[in-house]
Amino acid sequence: MALDRWIALMLLGVCMVYGYTAWFTMDSSLAPFMQRNPIWPSTFPKVLSIIGMACALFILLGFEQAEEKEKDIDYRRLWEYHLGQAVMLLALMVAYALCLRPLGFLGSTTAFLFLGAFILGERKYVTMLIIALIAAGSIWYLVQEVLGIYMRPFPGFIGG
Amino acid sequence: MLEGLLTGLQTALSLQNLLMVIAGCLIGTFIGMLPGLGPMSIIAIMIPVAISMGDPSAALILLAGVYYGAIFGGSTSSILLNAPGVAGTVASSFDGYPMARNGQAGKALTIAAIASFAGGTLGAVLLMVFAPALSSVALLFHSPEYFALMVVGLSAIAAFAGTGQVTKAILMTVLGLIMATVGEGALFNLPRFTMGIMDLQSGFGFITLAMAMFALPEALFLVLKPKDLQGDNGEIKDLRISRQEARAIAPVIGRQSVQGFFIGVLPGAGATIASFLGYAVERNIAPKHEQDEFGKGSIKGLAAPETANNAACTGSFVPLLTLGIPGSGTTAILLGALIALNVTPGPRLMVDEPQIFWAVIMSMFIGNLVLLILNLPLIPYIAKVLAVPRNYLIPFILFFTLMGAYIGQNNATELLILVGFGIAATALKFADYPLAPLLIGFILGGMMEDNFARSMQLYDGVSFIWSRPMTLGLLILAAVLVLLPSYRARRAKARAAGVAEGD
Repeated sequence: MALDRWIALMLLGVCMVYGYTAWFTMDSSLAPFMQRNPIWPSTFPKVLSIIGMACALFILLGFEQAEEKEKDIDYRRLWEYHLGQAVMLLALMVAYALCLRPLGFLGSTTAFLFLGAFILGERKYVTMLIIALIAAGSIWYLVQEVLGIYMRPFPGFIGG
Repeated sequence: MLEGLLTGLQTALSLQNLLMVIAGCLIGTFIGMLPGLGPMSIIAIMIPVAISMGDPSAALILLAGVYYGAIFGGSTSSILLNAPGVAGTVASSFDGYPMARNGQAGKALTIAAIASFAGGTLGAVLLMVFAPALSSVALLFHSPEYFALMVVGLSAIAAFAGTGQVTKAILMTVLGLIMATVGEGALFNLPRFTMGIMDLQSGFGFITLAMAMFALPEALFLVLKPKDLQGDNGEIKDLRISRQEARAIAPVIGRQSVQGFFIGVLPGAGATIASFLGYAVERNIAPKHEQDEFGKGSIKGLAAPETANNAACTGSFVPLLTLGIPGSGTTAILLGALIALNVTPGPRLMVDEPQIFWAVIMSMFIGNLVLLILNLPLIPYIAKVLAVPRNYLIPFILFFTLMGAYIGQNNATELLILVGFGIAATALKFADYPLAPLLIGFILGGMMEDNFARSMQLYDGVSFIWSRPMTLGLLILAAVLVLLPSYRARRAKARAAGVAEGD
């Protein structure tokens, strides 16, 4: 089974869970005065879940024959591309999300830009570090000082 | 009217005010490039500066410069990096980004600048002529019509349904609509589908989703399969548009200025719907061979949403200036600024303080013109962003997607959602599911449900669909826009088959 049909299967599951929530669990908690409304919070989701399931089934059962086009990247041979780099960058993004608060904006951003370039194969450490520091510093200055949006600059224990 | 024009011109052309508009345009353009900071937030940030100037005309001129600059800045990030920071520029990335990938980044930016200029300027002319008359038309649009208008906006997805992929496009749209129902709806104030997670109470953030659907998969594709961002020879070629291309986009710009303006006049409809509708309409009326170009770097496909978006922004000033009703977030903030400057927009504005009205209009003309003059020489340098070595550029793109999601919400969970959706979007892209319909569904979904619910309450059922002719008309139009392309394709296929048999 091709990937698009696997995804259709997954989306069918999503729509079924969504539909179950909409059809069977939402209405009982509705306040009595709201039940006199012609439209309930679950009305729209109910309709959506049915259309979604119909479309997903349509694709899953292969009624629609897509034309084979030449693709940029063939997912069947994913490991022939730079998969490791992509996965590591994603992991780096997750790490950034988790470190942003505890480590502060300046530290985590510098580390993110430095390690991002490192993962992609850059080895000019001094240039990388300088660029990362300047970028992190100037963006923090713009966002915090010029625009007034609060960003904790330093780790919490130095009082950032 | 001529007298008013001259008064406005006199105010706007003083040295101080010209410097204001130049400063405003530059600030707007550069801050607008950061995803997550749209025109609305930049104007909000500039308000203290504007108010402290004390002179309402100068303040308005500064804000108009910031406004137009921010819109143009937003388009640059969606064209160069496929990272639309504002909902109104999502449609610009459909064709702008493919153009940049083909090495035509400079040309794409030029077209965007010219289309924005033309849309804004023609919009201002229309505003000048029609403002008083239009305010009553805007009031004719009730919730049912808004609902129908959103459905017409959704029909833009037909443009992304490649041959034989209509179901996928519809499924993606439904998924977008489903995601729009997460969180508290305006009408019910009940948390829905939050799975008990506090961070989902306010729903998914638009920028998070836009970055996850567009920018992140693109960046991951660039990592997986290294490719030169600047096209084949690494040169930024074709900066200028040829006379032929200018002739091709001129009618598009003309049509979309008018259409975008009138959509912008309706309070709440605004630039986003205008840009999607502009894209859909232009695609449908384009000849067959040009239609196939849409989504792959068509100049018409870029000019249409850019023009419509700017014209609609100008159109949204009609209800503000004539009725005192802010039709969009940006005009709401402007309304606040005006009131702080002791000017109350409304029906009396044109009678009591005509010089303000005309100063606003003149500031639009001048803001647009200055933006064009400032930006055309800057475009080669802006396009140079793509010449940054890949090893540095990709971490920066990823960082910008993260920042965009973070600035809006100030919430680190949002970043995890971003990465999660980004991976899902990449998988969808592998399987050839179009991602734009999902985002369109998500953007329009919330407004659509609200207006639908309101009409249901007003009419106690679905009778509004047939009892209001304009609603019915718009819904039929939407159905035609969706069905026409597939009907055409089928007919073309049948004809091709027939020829083959005949031979």
